[in-house]
Amino acid sequence: MSSLLLKGVRPYGEDKQDLLIRDGLIAEGAGADEVVEADGLIALPGFVDLHTHLREPGREDAETIETGSRAAVLGGYTAVFAMANTDPVADNAVIVEHVARRGREVGLVDVYPVGAVTVGLGGEQLAELGTMANTGVRMFSDDGHCVADPLLMRRALEYSTALDVVIAQHAEEPRLTRGAQAHEGEHAARLGLAGWPAAAEEAIIARDCLLARQTGARLHICHVSTAGAAELIRWAKSQGITVSAEVTPHHLLLDDERLATYDPVNKVNPPLRTSADAKVLREALAEGILDCVATDHAPHAPQDKDCEWSAARPGMLGLQTALSVVVATMVEPGLLDWRGVARVMSERPAEIAGLTDQGRPLEPGEPATLTLVDPTATWTVRGAELASIAANTPYEGMTLPGRVVTTVLRGRVTAHEGKVRA
Amino acid sequence: MKHLLATEGMGAATATAVLDTAAQLKQTLLGREVRKLPTLRGRTVITMFYENSTRTRVSFEIAGKWMSADVVNVSSGGSSVGKGESLRDTAQTLAAAGADCVIIRHPASGAAHRLAEWLKDTGTSVVNAGDGMHEHPTQALLDAATLRERLGDLENKRVGIVGDVLHSRVARSNVHLLTTLGARVVLVAPPTLLPTHVDRWPVTVSHTIDAELPTLDAVMMLRVQAERMHGGFFPSAREYSIAYGMNERRLNLLPDDAVVLHPGPMLRGMEISAAVADSPRAAIIQQVSNGVHVRMAVLYHLLAHEEEVA
Amino acid sequence: MAPPNRGATEPAERRELLSAGDVARTVARMAHQVIERTALGAADASPVVLLGIPTRGAPIATRLADRIADFSGVTVPTGVLDVTLYRDDLRRKPTRPLGATALPKTGIDDHLVILVDDVLYSGRTIRAALDALRDVGRPRAVQLAVLVDRGHRELPIRADYVGKNVPTSRTEEVHVLLTEIDDRDAVVLDRRDP
Repeated sequence: MSSLLLKGVRPYGEDKQDLLIRDGLIAEGAGADEVVEADGLIALPGFVDLHTHLREPGREDAETIETGSRAAVLGGYTAVFAMANTDPVADNAVIVEHVARRGREVGLVDVYPVGAVTVGLGGEQLAELGTMANTGVRMFSDDGHCVADPLLMRRALEYSTALDVVIAQHAEEPRLTRGAQAHEGEHAARLGLAGWPAAAEEAIIARDCLLARQTGARLHICHVSTAGAAELIRWAKSQGITVSAEVTPHHLLLDDERLATYDPVNKVNPPLRTSADAKVLREALAEGILDCVATDHAPHAPQDKDCEWSAARPGMLGLQTALSVVVATMVEPGLLDWRGVARVMSERPAEIAGLTDQGRPLEPGEPATLTLVDPTATWTVRGAELASIAANTPYEGMTLPGRVVTTVLRGRVTAHEGKVRA
Repeated sequence: MKHLLATEGMGAATATAVLDTAAQLKQTLLGREVRKLPTLRGRTVITMFYENSTRTRVSFEIAGKWMSADVVNVSSGGSSVGKGESLRDTAQTLAAAGADCVIIRHPASGAAHRLAEWLKDTGTSVVNAGDGMHEHPTQALLDAATLRERLGDLENKRVGIVGDVLHSRVARSNVHLLTTLGARVVLVAPPTLLPTHVDRWPVTVSHTIDAELPTLDAVMMLRVQAERMHGGFFPSAREYSIAYGMNERRLNLLPDDAVVLHPGPMLRGMEISAAVADSPRAAIIQQVSNGVHVRMAVLYHLLAHEEEVA
Repeated sequence: MAPPNRGATEPAERRELLSAGDVARTVARMAHQVIERTALGAADASPVVLLGIPTRGAPIATRLADRIADFSGVTVPTGVLDVTLYRDDLRRKPTRPLGATALPKTGIDDHLVILVDDVLYSGRTIRAALDALRDVGRPRAVQLAVLVDRGHRELPIRADYVGKNVPTSRTEEVHVLLTEIDDRDAVVLDRRDP
């Protein structure tokens, strides 16, 4: 492989230096085959998304592993964890191996399949966690559904302790959210949308933290969305419970005032909460109570969004806009510096998932898996121009700060200046 | 006025103009043999009812026909809608076929708003005939018209709304319109049937109907669906009717001139007793007849004129 | 309801054609004409009903009925007929509020209905009134009384009783002011800049 010199980058937003990449590693020395003028660009370790929906197999009309990978690299991602709620469900070694292989064939981003916790996501019978772990699966989740049966969740957590994997819970007590459409708050009440109470999320988080304490397992909470949930996680961590938590970009920026137009682009699970919740989530992310940002990238075909609210599927695109939303909500208000961005978008997620070649320091000898960001650029989001097949972005028409300029995976440039490099 | 989607945000001037027009139409048609006005001749009005409702659909149909519009009814059973055609496609097909106005009733809150958005580049007006739990603006208008007839100016009048407010689009529309017209609204319901954050609404809230009745100028009884028992909203029909049902004893707690309203259809014996429904203080029949005039007035304001530049 | 003193705020030029006294004399003359031509009170004559067209036709109808009662002793039933819903030009204008319609208790079937309006111009208002009458009942005959006829008919309609003929050009406007609505009685001609 040829060598690459990134001239004038600022690792973690600090002093300018030249970064040499040779044989897939960050190297010392001078003289390279290719030079990238990166004057003033921020260099960060490549982003790791613990929560993405690539929709393949089953809903290739909305996204494929290829198009999802393209969206990922344009968003600065070098690793993504593909959730198991595909069709068929990734609850066995055959499906997960297919997803991993497809990811390798596309070769743009490291695709780690997430295995289902229960067979068919049915919440009744444990899936073959061990067999899937043997193929390299590091995280299991029924995301889309909650593992609601407390006994089954206990068993899953216990079983997982032998496998050194993480169980990621989509926290939603289904009996409290039957028919729910939007956050149970002032706006949904006025608009006649059935409510999704915060307690439905918080009750499961509380329960599972206690089960994690009892079993010693590693628990991860997906898409934390309420202030109360953040408080519970703060308490759990203070007790030494091995729990980690992610928050989505949309829960950092958006709130339930967006419901007024009934545009289903704003429909998501868990729902957009109040602006007061969003504020607490931002502070909790800055403080480390919430460990990382995870996109919950959820592409949907037009007919699943271009309809009345109650008929729409929940979910929003997120891979290409994540960095910009983090800049807008965390960097610009001074809640996070660029070291903090590296922590929440790369280092902590890599750590949680047990990846040894991602989220590494930008130092000689480490893998050259990194992302270059222009902090001063702005761009206007247009769903039709994004790489995903689907176009359901809630930021349509918004101008956001910060742009990913270059993405590098083990020394190979996978995206540069808004174009994917195969 | 291009659409009638909600009473929320409808200013007092617009609401009063529509109510005045309805009153004039009622007066104009009084005693006439030929109950037809040529005003909307050549306009095509299509009703899209995705929920069964004979009374509201018929009321709109009569309203359109009495204004000489051509009225076509589309209901969800047996049409392409039943075959899975999307709401958007159906609406755009009807607009393209020449509808000047689409009247929609749909089980999804926000359906009328979405329709107005999809049809925004056509000239078609949208009337919300009831969207899920959200709004039923023509019901609120006919309730207000009936109250105006019985009580005069609604400024500072106390109107109680009793029953399943949580699931009621009639309640929401009435709260907005009555407060716009200056009335004071009292919501009476068990806590399980009130929306969250109802304390932020411009209303008073009570759980005891007997305490409120002597202070009211009018009381509106909402339908209570038996299915709500299975959701645990209240333990039994018996307990509900004991605590919140309008019966003769409660009728006598109301001031002599107070009016009893019900949007229909009534569950006699549940939220309202037969004796009350048939008493002269109940204005239920007038509500229905005012419904036609109010809907004629709405169609007049939407369709008879050049669209106003706001 | 047309605003009082309409047009008074900025005409390029306003000329008074009839003073208050002239208006009164004109209405009186029209009353005599109605009594004579309808053989009012005669045994074999059709009963007469006056229907004023809002806004200003209504008070004129009332004044006519009063003068007729003064001169003949006969009380002619009087009503109001709003024709907004029958107009053919609604589409091109902003929303017009409806005026009242109130028919006299006698009804109009088999009566001689005299429509009363302030100004006769294109004839479209009267045509709308004739359409409205068709849906209200079956008069024996319909006649028209106007305070001012300003010409420029667009339909084959003529008045039976005319207070004053005022030839005008299309850039001019004729306004009738009545104390019931405005601050005085008068008929004025406004000329706008072409």
